[in-house]
Amino acid sequence: MAEKALLEMRNIDKVFPGVRALSNVDFTLHAGEIHSLMGENGAGKSTLVKVLTGVYQRDGGTITLQGKRISPRTPKEAQECGISTVYQEVNLCKNLTVAENIYIGREPRKYGFIDWKTINRRSEELLNGLGVNIDVTKTLDHYSVAVQQMIAIARAVDIEAKILILDEPTSSLDEKETERLFRIIRQLQKRGMGIIFISHFLEQIYDLCDHITVLRNGELVGAYEVARLPRLELIAKMVGKDLSEVAHMDDANDKSKPQEEMFIEANHVSQIGKLADVDLQIHKGEVVGFAGLLGSGRTETAELLFGVESITKGQLKVKGRPVKFGSPMSAMKERIAFCPEDRKTSGIIGDLSVRENIILAMQAKDGMMKHIPYKEQCKIADKYIDLLKIKVSDREQLIKNLSGGNQQKVIIARWLATQPELLILDEPTRGIDVGTKTEIEKLAIRLAKERGMSVVFISGEMDEMVRTCTKLIVMKDRRKVAELTGDQVSSDNVMRAIAGGETA
Amino acid sequence: MKEKLKAFSDSSLFLPVVALAVLLIFNALFVDGFMTIQLTEDGRLYGRLIDILNRSCSLVILSLGMTFVIATAGIDISVGAVVAISAAVVCSLIGGRGDGVAETPMFLAILAAIGVGVFCGIWNGLLVAKFKIQAMVATLILMTAGRGVAQLMTGGQIITVYYKPFEYISGVIPGNILPTNIFIALAMVLLVAFLMKKTSIGLFIQSVGINPTAARYAGINVTMVIFLVYAFSGLCAGVSGLIESSLIRAADANNAGLNMEMDAILAVALGGTLLSGGKFYIGGSVVGAITIQTLTTTMYALGVSSDQLPVVKAVAVIIICLIQSKKAQEMFAAWKEKRNQNNKAATQDPRKLVERMVKEA
Repeated sequence: MAEKALLEMRNIDKVFPGVRALSNVDFTLHAGEIHSLMGENGAGKSTLVKVLTGVYQRDGGTITLQGKRISPRTPKEAQECGISTVYQEVNLCKNLTVAENIYIGREPRKYGFIDWKTINRRSEELLNGLGVNIDVTKTLDHYSVAVQQMIAIARAVDIEAKILILDEPTSSLDEKETERLFRIIRQLQKRGMGIIFISHFLEQIYDLCDHITVLRNGELVGAYEVARLPRLELIAKMVGKDLSEVAHMDDANDKSKPQEEMFIEANHVSQIGKLADVDLQIHKGEVVGFAGLLGSGRTETAELLFGVESITKGQLKVKGRPVKFGSPMSAMKERIAFCPEDRKTSGIIGDLSVRENIILAMQAKDGMMKHIPYKEQCKIADKYIDLLKIKVSDREQLIKNLSGGNQQKVIIARWLATQPELLILDEPTRGIDVGTKTEIEKLAIRLAKERGMSVVFISGEMDEMVRTCTKLIVMKDRRKVAELTGDQVSSDNVMRAIAGGETA
Repeated sequence: MKEKLKAFSDSSLFLPVVALAVLLIFNALFVDGFMTIQLTEDGRLYGRLIDILNRSCSLVILSLGMTFVIATAGIDISVGAVVAISAAVVCSLIGGRGDGVAETPMFLAILAAIGVGVFCGIWNGLLVAKFKIQAMVATLILMTAGRGVAQLMTGGQIITVYYKPFEYISGVIPGNILPTNIFIALAMVLLVAFLMKKTSIGLFIQSVGINPTAARYAGINVTMVIFLVYAFSGLCAGVSGLIESSLIRAADANNAGLNMEMDAILAVALGGTLLSGGKFYIGGSVVGAITIQTLTTTMYALGVSSDQLPVVKAVAVIIICLIQSKKAQEMFAAWKEKRNQNNKAATQDPRKLVERMVKEA
């Protein structure tokens, strides 16, 4: 290319004990460009970003920023070079004010004291510039995750950034918020900033980015212009398969037929402030989707079914028998299993091994005194590692060292080991790669078909649920607004139900 | 053999054991008769090593309970005070009669002391697990109030017990060769080992310590697990109280178990369990407790007065903690590599080689 690159990474190597995370990877970013890093989980995207931001030290290769060699050793050094990062999980302090969060660590001073007036005024200006009008003297937890994300960006932008890295910034935003974020990103692009955008949402990447660099298994596949790379070809490059194989992935799955017998039903179930008057029936062998926007009550409904929260009004019946759930354990005894939405905070036990993570729920159900012998544990773990094709070096590997998709599989394995009759999957595919996504969708259908298991499938991606579910419960403002079955199951109908609040 | 050695040097027990070994070797070289163990006329073993074991029993037991508490990311700073309460209970029940007669049968007094220990643990457990009070604050209550309770029981006096069998708890029962408390500590360690091997409490404690939310979602009764570890810590403190009071044949509400909570926490930390909770190492804690007692005995043997002991202890602890620190290990490895490289560079570059030879000459 004619113009001089803003950032050039050449022949980057990074080795972890036993794994070659990056080998010989090149990456080029120009000023005023939005560049996406693509690849399956474990392909090396995060590692590359972490090498750039000084979280990890590279084992080989060079990084050149505006013609100067750099070797950031800490995130702070990277920031001083002009490389700012907004991580997937917002890493600000919830108990500090918005303004404090923006200026923490570099407070402007006056006569040696912190100049609060300037801080507050400048924070406000900065946020206004991004189209956010909020009270900057309130603490951060007053605002939604979306606004927090904007604040994180405001903080990054103010540090005279030349390069802004956004790691899955939209995974917890709804459509409107995403649009707003994109407007801001485009503004920054016009200022000549180089932006690295990492996301699993293909639509967003095609909407926003100019270039794509694809990684696979720690190696560079290639860098492409977005306009010249059709989506299917991109997916093929990411998973390393032929186009013809990938073409089938978007086909409607062969869905499971629900049986006559009812597994669980909820009558007028409410929980004060969280859920109002929800009715639902789930049959054996049925895959039910809870659709709706973030905060519409889909996770809350799932949590009621699993006894995480208790019901304040209404009734739950399992196989026609009224039940009361006071804790997850009481739901587990009715053979209900729940893979929670937030893998990191409520799913994995990071410092334990894959084996221990798999047998955990089973052991909890059996009770403390009925210890599963070590050999038996190994057998169970191996069985599910094999069944779900979990990529691990061995079963004693710590779960925190696995990629997101494999962690998710371990959590699913944990619940399959308890032999459930109802499996609730809350956002099982969030933040994981296309290949694993398809695998999990297919698994949900297979479990319903072959074992007669009831499955609840919750996802923010509508097409995914349309592919997988035979019934969709559409939620809005903590209420059920529609129930779609059979041919009615389509993204279009869900949208209409949410928009109109009536059955389509 | 080499593989076994490698496995051992990677294991969590390696550093605590090495620390203890260094101390023992130091003693063997500089303290006369440290390693000698003699058989006395009435058939018991006698010597400094036995003495160290005898004195470290109560700390070993305390650190067992403390290990579990710390593994759940909690802390129990009341154990020292509970030791005092337990001591007060057993001594005031047996009574300080000069004619050596027990006012209450000794086994009842022992049961009562242990029971009171468990009760204190339950109290802590309720505050922390049920009412979600921060562990440090919750156990601080008993830490400060506990000695007052002990004072009330003893009526502000030091009760000295003349009843002969009471000595046997931390002394040698005629016919045995080792003090009884060594067997008690051993039994407690075996009990814990059994629980680890045959129940899942260890897995649950680690899960709760690493990620309580995820543990709850996996169906673990987090409240119950936390409650149990504090109750167990209370039990351990109760047993320790018996041993401590038997060692001096008296209940001293002011000094029994004084600062022992700190030693117990230290023993756990030396054993490799992180204070942030999660993975825990029982074996490490036991060795850690014995190490601390060895250090104390060594210092006495070298003539360091008890007032100055904490300073020496602090220095030793800093050294041990540095050895265990990951960062320090990394720095050491980097330094070694650099030196190797310098040496290599020197041997490859003839001019430097000459320089070095001149220097060395």
